[in-house]
Amino acid sequence: MEMSERRKKRLDRSITVRSRGLYALSSWREMTFLLLPRVALVALLCALPLMLDMYWQRVFCAAATYAMLALAFDFLAQYAGLVCLGLSMFIGLGGYVSGSLNHYWGWPIWVTIPLASVTGAALGTLALVLCLRLRGVYFAIVSFMLPLFLVSFIVATSILGSTEGISSLDYLPNIWVEQYLLVGALLVALFGLRRLMTEDFGIILQAVKDNDQAVKASGIDITAYKIKALFLAALIGSFCGAYLSHLYGWLGLSMFAMDFSILPIAATVMGGMGTLAGPVIGAFVLTPLSEALRGFGQLRVVLYSLILLAFILYKPEGILNYLERKYFQFERWEKV
Amino acid sequence: MTGERILEVTNLWKSFGGVHAMSGVSFDLHKGEVVGIIGPNGAGKTTLVNLLTGFVKPDDGRITFMGERIDGLPPHKIALRGLARTFQVMRPFHTMAAYKNLIVPLNSPRVRKTRSGALGDLDSVAIDILEEIGFERDARVPYKTAGSLPLGYLKRLELARCLALQPVIVLCDEVFSGMSMSEIASMLPLLEKMQMNGITLMMVEHRLRELFKLAGRVMVINFGEKIADGPPAEVMEDPAVKKAYMGAEDRK
Repeated sequence: MEMSERRKKRLDRSITVRSRGLYALSSWREMTFLLLPRVALVALLCALPLMLDMYWQRVFCAAATYAMLALAFDFLAQYAGLVCLGLSMFIGLGGYVSGSLNHYWGWPIWVTIPLASVTGAALGTLALVLCLRLRGVYFAIVSFMLPLFLVSFIVATSILGSTEGISSLDYLPNIWVEQYLLVGALLVALFGLRRLMTEDFGIILQAVKDNDQAVKASGIDITAYKIKALFLAALIGSFCGAYLSHLYGWLGLSMFAMDFSILPIAATVMGGMGTLAGPVIGAFVLTPLSEALRGFGQLRVVLYSLILLAFILYKPEGILNYLERKYFQFERWEKV
Repeated sequence: MTGERILEVTNLWKSFGGVHAMSGVSFDLHKGEVVGIIGPNGAGKTTLVNLLTGFVKPDDGRITFMGERIDGLPPHKIALRGLARTFQVMRPFHTMAAYKNLIVPLNSPRVRKTRSGALGDLDSVAIDILEEIGFERDARVPYKTAGSLPLGYLKRLELARCLALQPVIVLCDEVFSGMSMSEIASMLPLLEKMQMNGITLMMVEHRLRELFKLAGRVMVINFGEKIADGPPAEVMEDPAVKKAYMGAEDRK
């Protein structure tokens, strides 16, 4: 099986293979066609903060946070095969680490946010690694319980502000940093993950999801890959947590709130599972929607649920899958 | 024709609940040989493959591969040593293109180490392997989604995944099952080529006629016990084998 001797001979073949992934190279027109949705998304995300007032800028921040969590959820569920229902754990860990460093030691936020993202991610990964032996729904259930456990732990030991939380943390310097730090992080996470999925790392992750036995038989340690995937998702979540603690200048138990775990999942379902960009779109639809429905008072949750339900019933593929299909389809009426 | 002893299995036991799936099986494999494992349904053939590759942990016994014990190791560590396997129920990574399937084994530390930096383009290496295993007849096939491939190609893909690991031994779990005579006929030279390249083959098979064209030695397993071991002609004359495998004694 001397494959190395034969490689050069077939080099042109491999170019064919690679160009299959970049089929748009054939013309400017096709390239624009492919680039347009991406550019539109980036442009929209960058332009939105400029067009919104103070109140809606905060909603935008919330939406972007949920978008990042939804991204993390979609990545874990669809590409690593790990359904994590405890996303709020990442928020909580990132927020508490960052806020505590800032409050107790007075470290500046430019140190605490990156540090808390990594530390929170490491802690979150550690907690979930312990559950990796569990499969499917059992992993999901335990991951759902972890944030509840952390809340009980903080309350029971009365540490880190207990039920009161810690206020008067340093704020992010100004509104533009607030907005564009998050937009930047979201874009890096989105395009980074999409890129990663076409690399060998992503291919192996997808293989694990397709068939973990065959990956083991291929001499790959699947636990190592799952841990790396968990860390990436936790990194995204912990960054959001650290960011939120300095956005509000406050940390508290509500960082472990179920909203952070549930809304991203709804956004993923609505946006289109397994597309990575879909969950982002879903979050940007759902969060403002929930705000707009505030006028309905108690009825809000009912309306919100009905809209979600309608989506699951009539467009189960999700917004992005639907749009993508329409975008790549060519439709025309013909006489019979 | 056979070389040094590379796999040594001593007194292997495994039971599932009260059922003895493997009771005290011992045998050796030598470099470059093709050994057939046959036996009736439920005899423990696939269990044997699972035990050797670490997918099932033995209750007792010892498995030595190239001088090192491998029983109790996790599957990926055994695969890394060069003991590759196919699955009876094929397990392609069905959402990916066929050639992308091979990116997985090509990323294993075993292959990375032997290629030591000179990996080049993994995609082209993958296509090379697929061509070698018989995907050349239609140049578009390697780019098709694995889930859409017909059975014959899936069987080849299983073998290709093993080959990508640059294996020492390949354990084939019923590669011929479900294939037509002509498909098998096109498969035989590939397996022969693997053998000529120094790969040891252990083939679990139900298709005896085809197996005997390849295998220089056959082991018969029944109820988790090895009841015969030797050249095919000799083994098939064994009364115990006739009784266990070919059916009732009085059948002519």
